[in-house]
Amino acid sequence: MADYYSPEDLNRFQEIGGEASELARKFFDYYGAVFSEGALSEREKALIALAVAHAVQCPYCIDAYTRACLEKGSNLEEMTEAVHVACAIRGGASLIHGIQMRRIAAKLSM
Amino acid sequence: MESSWAVYGCTAEPAKAESGVEPFRKKLARLGKTLLRATGTTLQVNLGPMCNQLCRHCHLDAGPHRTETMDLETMEELLRFARTCAPQVVDITGGAPELNPHLSYLVESLSPWVPRLMIRTNLTALAEAGTEELLELFRKKRVVLVASFPSPNPAQLEAQRGIGVMGKSLEMLRVLNMAGYGIPGSELELDLVSNPAGAFLPPAQQKAQERFRKELQRRWGIHFNRLYTFANVPLGRFRMWLISTGNFQGYMQRLQSAFNPLTLEGLMCRSLVSISWEGYLFDCDFNLCVALPMGGMKRHISEMEGFPEPGSPIVVGDHCYACTAGSGFT
Ligand code: SF4
Repeated sequence: MADYYSPEDLNRFQEIGGEASELARKFFDYYGAVFSEGALSEREKALIALAVAHAVQCPYCIDAYTRACLEKGSNLEEMTEAVHVACAIRGGASLIHGIQMRRIAAKLSM
Repeated sequence: MESSWAVYGCTAEPAKAESGVEPFRKKLARLGKTLLRATGTTLQVNLGPMCNQLCRHCHLDAGPHRTETMDLETMEELLRFARTCAPQVVDITGGAPELNPHLSYLVESLSPWVPRLMIRTNLTALAEAGTEELLELFRKKRVVLVASFPSPNPAQLEAQRGIGVMGKSLEMLRVLNMAGYGIPGSELELDLVSNPAGAFLPPAQQKAQERFRKELQRRWGIHFNRLYTFANVPLGRFRMWLISTGNFQGYMQRLQSAFNPLTLEGLMCRSLVSISWEGYLFDCDFNLCVALPMGGMKRHISEMEGFPEPGSPIVVGDHCYACTAGSGFT
């Protein structure tokens, strides 16, 4: 295998239902329901998905939701801001643990 | 049949590239479907590929390098033919129709008896052609203006239509609003057309219309009536762009994966006839672009009376996947 990641795998996602098909069916039904229009629009959901894709660093999701965002009418400015939201939360999540570090350090220090 | 791709300007016999999709004709046959004409309602008149812009998504390779435009003699034949069709709608396109020197004559001649007369405008050509006179005529004759405006985002719009086009387009939209076009309650209709700025499908029309309306009003105080979202058709300059950027196969597969048989019923080619600047007949502007004549036989308007018979076959190609993707291109 030349690469661990292969773009073609994205189109083969459904094959995961080859085994444990009932679980796959439930997952894909749920997935479809999550992304359909609700209190949030499909466009907003695609932007959230794009941000999360960057947070979990999934190349398949980045590929799929970049296209989905464009096809839902978003532009690069909005998509870049969404990625910054992911980045800020990731960075913030590290940084907030610094308080824990400071608390422990304070307890241990004279 | 002498078929010269260069004449119709798709730069070429569609540039060869492996699309990886099932031929559209075979797809229809496999589904047991045929594409046949219904009653004719619309005449689409392509005045020629002469244009002041060089948009990257253009299926016709129109631009300033093209000089073909309908001459007066063909226009007279067109008027005669149009009378025999008695269409509900005449849709004048190009290129930039404003650059044809006989446009005013055509509008004057058609407007008294055509219920809905539409002109496609890229907005900037209207400025170049002398806005005041033309606009006054359009107003007087209640011409429906259908303006290209792909995105309220300047980067997306200019990536497709050229640097500096956003400002000029907004300026012309303001002028049109001031003339009464697109204003709620006015009879002067201004519709917008949005094609995606790249190798992806357009958003759902209704949702996009709501967003465009909100954005255009909030940012620039601009009004319009309806927004149409259309997929880019993989022909002409757009096809070359797809091939040169390695997007062709992926785009064709995307179109094919979004194929929706429910769109077949309402396809525009079922009720429309497209006429080239030389007066030849096609099932649509896309078939015109690749020189696929109506019914597979090259015919001139001077040889025809009225719309083709309902039930006549429509010539299809793989570009038809653009019309049948998602909610379709009607
Ligand atoms: S390109 Fe579209 S309009 Fe033209 S024949 Fe094909 S389906 Fe009909």
